[in-house]
Amino acid sequence: MHPAFSVIFLTTLIGAAQGMFMALVTGQVYSMAKLLEPQDSVSFYATGSLIALALLGGGLVAAVFHLGKPSYFFTRAWRGITQWRTSWLSRELIALPAFMFLVFLYGLVHYLGWTTPFFSIKGVIPVDASLVIGVLGVLMAIVLYVSTAMIYASLRFLQEWHSPLTVTNFILFGLASGFTLTAAFSAWQGVDLVGFYGTWAVIFTIMAAITRGFSMLRNRRIKHKSSMRTALGIRHNKITQRSMGFMGGSFNTREYFHGKSDATLEAVRLFFLVMVFGVPVVLLAASNALGSAYLPILAFLTQYVGLLAERWYFFAEAKHPQNLYYQTVG
Amino acid sequence: MTQLALVIDLNVCVGCHACVTSCKEWNTSGWAGPMVDQRPYDADPTGTFFNRVQTFEVGEYPNTETVHFPKSCLHCEEPPCVPVCPTGASYKREDNGVVLVDYDKCIGCKYCSWACPYGVRELDEMQKVMKKCTLCIDRITDETKPESERKPACVLACPTSARLFGDVHDPDSEASLAIRERGGYQLMPEWGTEPANHYLPRRKTRIQIFEDELIRADNPLDKEHPLPAATGDTLDDVSF
Repeated sequence: MHPAFSVIFLTTLIGAAQGMFMALVTGQVYSMAKLLEPQDSVSFYATGSLIALALLGGGLVAAVFHLGKPSYFFTRAWRGITQWRTSWLSRELIALPAFMFLVFLYGLVHYLGWTTPFFSIKGVIPVDASLVIGVLGVLMAIVLYVSTAMIYASLRFLQEWHSPLTVTNFILFGLASGFTLTAAFSAWQGVDLVGFYGTWAVIFTIMAAITRGFSMLRNRRIKHKSSMRTALGIRHNKITQRSMGFMGGSFNTREYFHGKSDATLEAVRLFFLVMVFGVPVVLLAASNALGSAYLPILAFLTQYVGLLAERWYFFAEAKHPQNLYYQTVG
Repeated sequence: MTQLALVIDLNVCVGCHACVTSCKEWNTSGWAGPMVDQRPYDADPTGTFFNRVQTFEVGEYPNTETVHFPKSCLHCEEPPCVPVCPTGASYKREDNGVVLVDYDKCIGCKYCSWACPYGVRELDEMQKVMKKCTLCIDRITDETKPESERKPACVLACPTSARLFGDVHDPDSEASLAIRERGGYQLMPEWGTEPANHYLPRRKTRIQIFEDELIRADNPLDKEHPLPAATGDTLDDVSF
């Protein structure tokens, strides 16, 4: 497939934002259970929510450029929420604004300090508005992860994507980058949670490395169901295209081919393996030892650039069966 | 229920592209138009087409066969492109099974084209909406036209009658008969899309003749060959 930058930015930005929001809520739950020091509502939770919201907004802007014309965002995109019964894309278009609204509410509640508990569980865990919204937001983040990944995983003839590994990869990459970002944010704010978030970031990064490794292995050995034989219905092992019916280009020759050499593809793969998994883990470990405020930020930036390459590779490695019909100009 | 479809006979298609040009001519100015061309007379031209004729070579030289292969939307009975559309712009008509796009609802996200294994949907570069074969829906449903002209433009244009049009759910239609009697098949059956369009395979007509059937061994009037000389006893020798 042809990797579209709008979708690459959309999926990586909102993935990190969802992970960051889940990290913030995790931190809050831990501190309520007295496992971590409580943090300041405004400077930590409200500001953190604002950063997540900014990433989500960036993702939304990227998504607008995936529309045929950006103006369709105002005139037609609302129709995108109508087909949620059948379309994962429609479900994503509902889950994204819903999640953004919950992140906004979560940040607002913390900013305004509406944290008087409604009641407390067994007198230990106080339940306030921020916790209720936080838990709802985490659930919505999971819905959004699944919806985004299922857009790709549900296409059965794109066999490289049609696997539960696609969903686990999207979730784990989002959590890894989100927790790394929260570790960076904690370091920047001088909050003593860099170790906590950094440890989880490393755990999620390693888990993502394992599942992505499995999906790459699966895709390397994949046996495509469609062939020239089934595409044309002619029982012969040697079928060569002599003409695709036109000499110029068409949508079919642009949309489904990445247009890069195998060497480039291999280079991108090595690049993202190093940038997503190798470097951030080393940087986070080093920051834990040195206590630097900058290393976690560098770790996030490295991982994010790596994720852009990973998403590019994700699209490029999927082979669409329609390409069987478009092999030879003539 | 009615399911309109094309049946394309690969045995008689000569690859003349008359269906391609007639399709473009009818549809670019009709209900489904425009089908915009970009840089048509310049380097790197591109444009929107609902129908293509491709050419394939089967076998290895010198034992090859050229197959011309017209390709357009197959109007699947289980269209994978329809349920994925987020806006409801892609739909399958209840009354005749034709798969269509409502250009006023389409946001040009291209997801339906990803969901089609056959690559028969094309994004129009000017309108930025998805376009595809409509089976000339504005022709075939036009009651003012005589019955003989209520057919897709490509079917009427085909000089070799390689394209049949009809209801594949009616067992007695010309299309159904052709599928049943001439080995009609579907493309990429492995995906369970149940394409309504069918293809008729290339056929070779051979009569089966054995060597001994060509030589008359029992012709009493044969003058070319002398009769075999008698050896041993004749009938006269043994009769008494």
